[in-house]
Amino acid sequence: MLTIKDLNKVYPTGTRALNHVSFTVDQPQIIAIIGPSGAGKSTLIRCINRLVKPTSGRVLLDDIDITSLNRRQLRRARRRMGMIFQEYNLVDRLTVMENLLSGRLGYVSFWRAWRRKFPPEDVKAAFKLLERVGLEGYQDTRADALSGGQRQRVGIGRALMQAPDLLLVDEPTASLDPKTSRQIMRLLVELVQERGTPALVNIHDVALAQSFSDRIIGLRGGEIVFDGQSSGVTEDVLTAIYGEEDWSLTVRKGDDDSPAEKKADKKNGLIREAATG
Amino acid sequence: MSAPQSHTASAPPRWNRLRMIETPALRYGLLILGVAYIVWSVGVLDINWHRISTGIPRAGNMFSRMVPPDFSRWSLLVKGVLESVQMALAASFFGMLLAIPLGLCGAGNLVPRPVYLVARIIIILSRTFHEIIIAIFFVKIFGFGPLAGVLTLIVASTSFISKMIAEDIENMTPGQLEAIRATGASFPKLLIYCISPNTLPRFLGVSIYRLDANIRHSTVVGIVGAGGIGQVLAATFSRYDYDFSLAILIAIVSLVFLGEFFSSWVRGYLR
Amino acid sequence: MTVAEHAAKYPEIWRRFSPRMTLIRYAWYLGIVAVAVWSISNLDLPWFYFLDAHTQALDLAERMWPPDLEFWQTLANPLLETIHIATLGTIFTFVIAFPIAFLAARNTTFNSATWFIGRLILVTSRSVNTVVWGLFFVAIFGPGPLAGIWAIAFRSIGFMGKLVAEAIEEIDEGVSEAIEATGASRLQVLVYGILPQVLPVIYGTAVYRWDINIRESTVLGFVGAGGIGILLYSSINQFQWREVSLILLSVFGVVLVSEFVSALVRQRIS
Repeated sequence: MLTIKDLNKVYPTGTRALNHVSFTVDQPQIIAIIGPSGAGKSTLIRCINRLVKPTSGRVLLDDIDITSLNRRQLRRARRRMGMIFQEYNLVDRLTVMENLLSGRLGYVSFWRAWRRKFPPEDVKAAFKLLERVGLEGYQDTRADALSGGQRQRVGIGRALMQAPDLLLVDEPTASLDPKTSRQIMRLLVELVQERGTPALVNIHDVALAQSFSDRIIGLRGGEIVFDGQSSGVTEDVLTAIYGEEDWSLTVRKGDDDSPAEKKADKKNGLIREAATG
Repeated sequence: MSAPQSHTASAPPRWNRLRMIETPALRYGLLILGVAYIVWSVGVLDINWHRISTGIPRAGNMFSRMVPPDFSRWSLLVKGVLESVQMALAASFFGMLLAIPLGLCGAGNLVPRPVYLVARIIIILSRTFHEIIIAIFFVKIFGFGPLAGVLTLIVASTSFISKMIAEDIENMTPGQLEAIRATGASFPKLLIYCISPNTLPRFLGVSIYRLDANIRHSTVVGIVGAGGIGQVLAATFSRYDYDFSLAILIAIVSLVFLGEFFSSWVRGYLR
Repeated sequence: MTVAEHAAKYPEIWRRFSPRMTLIRYAWYLGIVAVAVWSISNLDLPWFYFLDAHTQALDLAERMWPPDLEFWQTLANPLLETIHIATLGTIFTFVIAFPIAFLAARNTTFNSATWFIGRLILVTSRSVNTVVWGLFFVAIFGPGPLAGIWAIAFRSIGFMGKLVAEAIEEIDEGVSEAIEATGASRLQVLVYGILPQVLPVIYGTAVYRWDINIRESTVLGFVGAGGIGILLYSSINQFQWREVSLILLSVFGVVLVSEFVSALVRQRIS
């Protein structure tokens, strides 16, 4: 599905953001990308759909080399990749329905887009998605009248309207409160399973990453220092990614619905696990 | 934090009021400079009380000739006003149309750098020169009459509105542009789906404001022969028809007043 | 769910605007186009001129280059005069606009009548363009920079007065209330309560208007009110295009400098 080969990015200022990054995604799964700020997570995600132009290396989406496409072909390729942003990036003055339908902009003609006369299948799909993300009835609400969590759901809906082969998710929960964060992550997991679409998700919250993803890639200084099952993220791994720290509370694979009271027990259980594992 | 403990027989603690310019040297320096400038420039311009004092009775004379205002030639007045209104409307409409491409090109985050620079230079040049200078050029090329006036006002409107558009686009949150680009949308679709919803309200507001400003300016380009009520007014002054002048001035002030009223009503309605 | 219910739940058509609103919007568009067409209906558009315009423009540009540098000697004094007119006119306004602004602000005026008079003065001043004021004062004081200074002043009163009045109306009432509560007189409330809040706006507006006035002063000469305008007019009329380009360049330079200075000072103030 997606293959990244030896990706490098050096910014004009001289900062090296990505250094020989390579990995492959060949099944529908959620891959969490973790790492400290400045590790290159944002750059990596944006190099995949070429919002940022890589300095060298290749990005292959089902044998199509994204890095070598011309502008028209690039636009076609972008249709196949749905992107979800930290700041939601909805067009504030437009309604929820218009924002959802903007996911189809790569597929409709200019005139349809201007007159907002999208094909009936698209409108139907939009209403279905509206219900699926839990915003039934909100189609005519202006985007800037929604809460953060609601806006992110619209953002997810917009990405899914593209019927993408790949989801690129840039810190979807960084601007949300803990409860909403978990709701959004749960929604993403369910959607990935339903549609069989792989998702690359930048997360800075390691616990969230472990709870909701199958595979974790750890970035540090633009390089991959870990790529494996989320259960394999031990304290040593976290030290390698983030540096020296007391990781005992972070390393856990908890059930997302566990109440706070059980946290202490879990902690003890986990610490015992790590010591033997 | 302890209170000052001086028990010696000293003066009570002083405080200084906060001033706009902190350092006394700078403050007084500027003041002295200002006064010196006034004295020097008045001397250079050869302004003396004699001229002012002979002016006042002349002003009185003029006022007495102005009042009461003469509305007898009202058909000429109405024709002039109508022409000014037409000029203002035409200039606003075509100014809006032309400002869209110019404004888009003047946005640094949207177009390649050379295009941006050219657009910005055009905007700066057209705003530097007073519309009367531009009017004179157009009168030279197209002759006397409202055509020169309309063209002048179009130039003024376009540069004003396009500057606003360019600034609006540059102030947009960049994330929205990124998101729409990420769906595979082409540049025209980006324009109508992302840029237009964000800039349209202010674009309309600025254009309406410009309509009102154009009414004011249309009264003035006539002085150099570019049509409108200004041309009628200039003629009355040169013929010493001061009572008609007053009538025209009253008409102009009322027109501008109405224009402002209309423009703020429409802008309130748009919101 | 039945087919009908399914279709109702997931409609295939969605409209941003109801049919009625769409009709209204199209009616507006039509109306605007109609007005635009009417507005140019009285003009005789010489189409052949427009087609030829680019060659004419190029021809003119050629004749204007290079600028006639010797003309600088004739040009320097009127240019300086222009700057003086703008500066003195702005200083003059500064003194007058200030009290009128207080009359025109709802919270500092004496009664409705004075407020109305204040507003009327400001509107009148703003409605009449600087150049028209110039005509007026040339008739009174005769041609020369004196008329220009009065013209600049009278126009600027409306501009500055309006902005300062708005600033006065927007002040934090609590501050002046507190001072009034101490038993201060009206004048003291003014100086201690209102003035500090409004002073930055007054200075900022003055500098802003000065910058605009420089532009305005460049054309006052057309009606005989002094400055470089008269030179420009005569050069254009005599088809001395190279002199014209020097004048335009110098105007450009002066305006650029004044805008720079104005932006700098206003930034420092805020």
